[in-house]
Amino acid sequence: MSDTSASAVAFVRTESVPASAPPSNAAGPVKWVKDNLFAGVGNSILTVLAILAIYMVLSKSMPWILNGVWDAPSLSACREILNGETGACFAVLSERWNQLLFGFKYPAELYWRPATAFVLLFVAAAPVLFFDLPRKLLIFTGLYPFLAFWLIWGGPIFYPLIALIGLIVAYKVFVAFEKNNFTMALGLGALSAIVIWYLSGFVGENSALLALSLEAVPSRDLGGFMLNMMLGVTCVSLSLPLGIALALGRQSSMPFIRYICVIFIEFIRGVPLITLLFVASVMLSYFFPPGSGVDLFIRVVIMITMFSSAYIAEVIRGGLAALPKGQYEAADSLGLDYPQAMRLIILPQALKISIPGIVNVAVGLFKDTTLVSVISMFDMIGMIRGPIVASTDWNGIYWELFGFAALLFFVVCYGISQYSQWLERRLATDHR
Amino acid sequence: MAEVAKMQVSDEVAISIRNMNKWYGTFHVLRDIDLTVHQGERIVVCGPSGSGKSTLIRCINALEEHQQGSIEVDGTLLSSDLKNIDKIRSEVGMCFQHFNLFPHLSILENLTLAPIWVRKTPKKEAEELAMHYLEKVKIPDQANKFPGQLSGGQQQRVAIARSLCMQPRIMLFDEPTSALDPEMIKEVLDTMIELAEDGMTMICVTHEMGFARQVANRVIFMDEGQIVEQNEPEEFFNNPQSPRTQLFLSQILGH
Ligand SMILES: Nc1ncnc2c1ncn2[C@@H]1O[C@H](COP(=O)(O)OP(=O)(O)OP(=O)(O)O)[C@@H](O)[C@H]1O
Ligand SMILES: [Mg+2]
Repeated sequence: MSDTSASAVAFVRTESVPASAPPSNAAGPVKWVKDNLFAGVGNSILTVLAILAIYMVLSKSMPWILNGVWDAPSLSACREILNGETGACFAVLSERWNQLLFGFKYPAELYWRPATAFVLLFVAAAPVLFFDLPRKLLIFTGLYPFLAFWLIWGGPIFYPLIALIGLIVAYKVFVAFEKNNFTMALGLGALSAIVIWYLSGFVGENSALLALSLEAVPSRDLGGFMLNMMLGVTCVSLSLPLGIALALGRQSSMPFIRYICVIFIEFIRGVPLITLLFVASVMLSYFFPPGSGVDLFIRVVIMITMFSSAYIAEVIRGGLAALPKGQYEAADSLGLDYPQAMRLIILPQALKISIPGIVNVAVGLFKDTTLVSVISMFDMIGMIRGPIVASTDWNGIYWELFGFAALLFFVVCYGISQYSQWLERRLATDHR
Repeated sequence: MAEVAKMQVSDEVAISIRNMNKWYGTFHVLRDIDLTVHQGERIVVCGPSGSGKSTLIRCINALEEHQQGSIEVDGTLLSSDLKNIDKIRSEVGMCFQHFNLFPHLSILENLTLAPIWVRKTPKKEAEELAMHYLEKVKIPDQANKFPGQLSGGQQQRVAIARSLCMQPRIMLFDEPTSALDPEMIKEVLDTMIELAEDGMTMICVTHEMGFARQVANRVIFMDEGQIVEQNEPEEFFNNPQSPRTQLFLSQILGH
């Protein structure tokens, strides 16, 4: 059978026949339904039950949603429009939209400021979240906290500017000395920032920069979903570095540092967040010098950050423990010092392992920001329970408001979760 | 065949271990170790499992701490002084049984990391250096892959190249081939033989006796934390002195 060339054989097909389509019961939607929904008796029963359950939920909720009233000044007016039929009063959302988002005290003519800060948040977060983007964008990320502070709280640009300059100088000093000694560089950097902030106190009083000022809004006027976002973003971005520091400190060979970290973590984890928030609202003022009146917002940020950093520290400790000892040894044997080994070898891998756990904490933290409503801050839930439901116009309406709050939180949390899954896939380089 | 083994050795002392003792808790792992290694020497360390071979070479670059005696590497005394430890580590390369490549970095990044951060070599130069050593271990085409995409033998050769990028004066090998399949063992051993031909000072813990005969100019036999016997390979294999060495050799060469 070696000679099969065209001359010796009467007919040779030079291309293969294209495969004919499989019969309809072996492919396509019919096959999919058969394989996945009705593969056996048990499977079929479960499918039918599931369809029934979905039907029951939808048959009740769909008319309620589709028949919703979007335009009415009050609950009674809305009920009149509905005239006894089932239907939601979404009118409360459109009527109190701004209150839900910004709280009830933030000056309406200044809404554009937090809105701008919100939009810019995405620009600032992008290079951190998607590290394929050009690294130059990180400059804006660095400026963003100061810009956002100025936009939301207003006041003279002098203060955020000085804070920024202090940090830039600290960073420059740190980089200059980093190659010599990491710890010394850190200390010198912190020192130079403090010196600058201290000196600025003298020039500040009569500086022309005080003139460049936005209308100031006090912290107690912040509210609504804006407050949840502000707390969530600030606390997540602060608690991650703090959590890393705590996790490393807990592994430190210096007993003093190790015990401080262990005690901090165990204590914070053993106390309910609500308790910490009450401490923030009433007791923490005792720790600050009288009259300094540290802002309630800052006190709450400190408490939530401490709380979640303790959890993040434990998550990262798990990641550190999962790394084989050989990674530390390889880093050591190449002559990398401790900060280099941590930063270049250990943490990138440990953090990657910890992503699901960290996201878990971040999502939990974001939802926990609603707890500030119990210390009379008017976040989104505080707004609903307080000014909106208590008003004569909308007394007695719950489903629409809490449903909307749930939806908003779900969107953000689901987004975080989707991002983390993308991140894990993107970082999967070990091909295990 | 044994031409490498006949290569000249200089008088300069590379490593000098004096009366060194080490304990793990109360367990006395290393007892009275005395060892002088000259520049350009190639030493093979063998001995039964648990005899302290790994511990010995890990003491040389301070991955393990010793409690008594002194270790001097290239004239630098190994003490708890971190400066000395870092100096010694940057002069002593080490290859591990399980490669210990950094899985989150590409092969090229694995190689350039230490030169850039420890030696402060400019990135471009470090990459040229890395490609030079990747060519030396014959896998320049893998530079942009990740460790997980390479075979065991390739990974171990990358690990060797990674150590070489620090241009060490001494190389330590801790059973570099014992996690590899037979056909990969050869490619790694060939790399090590080439390294020996270039005059690198090497201490290898290995049970590859063919390699020992071909390359080593001294074979050290350890048992229960002591150096029991050391000799030139021919003498060591053909005419072992102590009964424990004879037993060990009959076991590993017997089958
Ligand atoms: N971290 C440790 N703590 C306590 N004992 C240890 C530790 N590491 C090793 N040992 C013990 O020290 C002894 C020597 O170990 P070492 O790893 O040096 O042996 P080895 O000669 O390299 O053996 P192998 O051929 O199996 O690698 C062994 O008995 C081992 O159980
Ligand atoms: Mg060993």
